[in-house]
Amino acid sequence: MLEVRGLGKAFNGFRAINGVSLTVARGEIAAVIGPNGAGKSTLFNLITGHLQPDEGQILLEGRDITGAAPHRICRMGVGRSFQRTNIFAKLTVFENIQAAFIAHRGRGRDFWTRSSTLYRDETEALLVSLGIRDTADTIGGLLSHGNQKQVELGIALACDPEILLLDEPTAGMSAAETRESIRLLERIAAERSLTLLFTEHDMQVVFSIAQRIAVLHQGRLIAEGSAEAVQQDEQVRRVYLGERH
Amino acid sequence: MSRRIPWALVVFLVAFWVPFLGSRFYTFVATDIAILALFAMSLNLLLGYTSLVSFGHAAYFGIGAYTCALLMKSLGAPFLPSLMAGGLTAAGFALVFGFFCVRLTKIYFAMLTLAVAQIVWAICFKWNDVTGGEQGLPSVPYPDLAWMGSLPILENLRLGDLFYIVVILIVLLGIAALRRIVDSPFGRILTVIRDNPERAQFVGVNVRLYQLAAFVVAGFFAGISGALFGIFNRGVFPDFIYWTKSAEPLIMTILGGMGSFWGPAVGAFALVVLNQQVTSYTEYWPFVMGAILILLLYVFPGGIVGTIETALTPARPDSSGATPAASQQADRGA
Repeated sequence: MLEVRGLGKAFNGFRAINGVSLTVARGEIAAVIGPNGAGKSTLFNLITGHLQPDEGQILLEGRDITGAAPHRICRMGVGRSFQRTNIFAKLTVFENIQAAFIAHRGRGRDFWTRSSTLYRDETEALLVSLGIRDTADTIGGLLSHGNQKQVELGIALACDPEILLLDEPTAGMSAAETRESIRLLERIAAERSLTLLFTEHDMQVVFSIAQRIAVLHQGRLIAEGSAEAVQQDEQVRRVYLGERH
Repeated sequence: MSRRIPWALVVFLVAFWVPFLGSRFYTFVATDIAILALFAMSLNLLLGYTSLVSFGHAAYFGIGAYTCALLMKSLGAPFLPSLMAGGLTAAGFALVFGFFCVRLTKIYFAMLTLAVAQIVWAICFKWNDVTGGEQGLPSVPYPDLAWMGSLPILENLRLGDLFYIVVILIVLLGIAALRRIVDSPFGRILTVIRDNPERAQFVGVNVRLYQLAAFVVAGFFAGISGALFGIFNRGVFPDFIYWTKSAEPLIMTILGGMGSFWGPAVGAFALVVLNQQVTSYTEYWPFVMGAILILLLYVFPGGIVGTIETALTPARPDSSGATPAASQQADRGA
């Protein structure tokens, strides 16, 4: 599904990502972990076109998407959520999701139809499936942090992605909210047979749903494999897990 | 907002009777307000709906004015084609200039629009053969409106009154079209870009392309308003494009409220009427205007319309447990 080959990116000589290669198979739930500053967000930004890599290749279903503009990559079926919650703060929740449908289905060139009449059923269904139907008429920016994360997930799903990149989907959530949103993610991934690639701080979350884990450290990939294999890995224990256990 | 009152029609029905008050002065002021309202509302498509701050909107106002005036005066072209040509030429220039401007963001975008407008001004100021240079293009003819005078209700009106009727018709058609555009999927995409350009990219929006399209549409309506203003003013002069002219619709929009569709029109009304009133008492109009702006920005940041809307909306308790911090976060986008 997604293949990253020898990816490298430096900022003013600092190598944020250094020769990272990674494969995510269709339908897989994969996690990228690593301490703060390991390069997780940079890796995501490279994949989604927000940053241009200095070297290496990114392939989506075998197609080279290296260096393509973000809006093009999105249209090829890559969805993403951002680490800092990233919704349309002054629109209602309903309009947030509806706008994503309008944008993704290329209706934005229409200067004349009333936008409020478009994709109502699709938006409604998605809100119900995310469990945020009752907030539909609330201004997005006024929602609680957890709800905003769900709206953001909704925006990403409206673009009908095949692979979803989630940057810290449970950051800033309480333990209860975290459990709930993980359950939600698992259910939606299964329903839509999505491929998931996510970064996460919370090791419990990672080990509970990730089928495969890649560990980044100082811009390099130091281990990759099943949860057990990664937990057993000496280097991983030293640089990363050791800090916590 | 979606109560579906056809406001453009309501405004037309009210504004239509101004000439019948019998005062040349009222018609003059009302014409001024109508034209500047369209100018300010065209700017608000950028400012309020796309969050693009243009300091050079007068360029398209002036280009529309010069184009229409030249066609009517030098070539004797009829009014409506000249008017459309004014709008389309302004849109064409907006396409070319906008192509470069939208490559930059925020203050750099604003400064580039200003720089472009000043270049256009300098050309109009010096290009004596075409624009009349510093002297401008005086005595732009009124359109031939004699046929209107033979209509039943309008028979006793002066030419200036008839032109006023034409102006409010065109302006309100323009405003209705803008309303339609704002409510369209295209308009929704603009608000998405305003709220969060980074996220907009990642729902598949080509942000620059939409910003450019908004710039062109805004340029078109600015051109139409400029063309009308040139005829109303009986002449087109380089100061139509000077940067202080670009500030006018900005001030009107902030005064009226850039968060609401009709805000800039209300701002145009308030500013023109205030200007007339204050200048009859004191020559320090800019001082009064400055004071009003400061008051607005600090006390009524939503402008006139925003303040009225807030006053009319009963504070509804929010079921979703919104925190003050969250609402501040929402405001920050303004």
